[in-house]
Amino acid sequence: MTEILNLASWVSLSLGGIFCLIGGLGLLRMPDFFTRLHAASVIETLGAGLLILGMLFQSGLSLTSVKLIFILLLIFFASPTATHALARAAKVKGIKYFQKEGDND
Amino acid sequence: MRAASLFIVLLIFWLLLSGVYKPFLIGSGLAVAAASVFLARRMEVIDHEGHPIDHAFKAILVYWPWLIKEICISALKVSKTILQPKLDINPKMELVELSQKTDLGRTIFANSITLTPGTIAVEINKNSVLVHALSEDGITDLNKGEMDSLVSKLE
Repeated sequence: MTEILNLASWVSLSLGGIFCLIGGLGLLRMPDFFTRLHAASVIETLGAGLLILGMLFQSGLSLTSVKLIFILLLIFFASPTATHALARAAKVKGIKYFQKEGDND
Repeated sequence: MRAASLFIVLLIFWLLLSGVYKPFLIGSGLAVAAASVFLARRMEVIDHEGHPIDHAFKAILVYWPWLIKEICISALKVSKTILQPKLDINPKMELVELSQKTDLGRTIFANSITLTPGTIAVEINKNSVLVHALSEDGITDLNKGEMDSLVSKLE
């Protein structure tokens, strides 16, 4: 049983790490502010989610797992609010968003 | 009624975070929870927005599983886009209609849009929300209205 839990934990932690890496790569590759926000949201959803899932497999049924779930809930409630605030600030300041070439609508 | 449920929720939160069950600490928990409820009542923030406990079970059992599934699907899509050698993106900024009647419902809808990778809620009006999407698909999916009707059922 411990072995299965360890394996599940390893898989989730590695996948979470990979998604954080993909998000970071996206932050570098995307052309403008808004598209970079999209890349960042991969980190805070699948990245953080899988990392915490992996830690949950390690902590089992204990008060530690309850705290981990609280952290996950905090991330899931706070990060979209912050992203929205950033996006709206950019819109109010009149930052133009990247459009595909030849796309003028 | 809502104040009593807030007191119980705060007390459970304290007990889960503390983990040390001695009379003094449980007593402090009771006192702190009571003081918080008292202050929240004086500030008049205990209402359907400040403590929406009546939506909690439906939200957790019906809406969250669906939302998590959607988040996984679109996060994988965005990851695929990022990893492609040539960035195949076509960003759009368009208005999407919403059918929620309360501010709480609109907030849940806009936050769900932002939480899903590939779409961001930029501005919220009374009957619509301005969405920035990484590709046309994001807007098309939102216009199908599945998320909108699920959130409307929630409020």
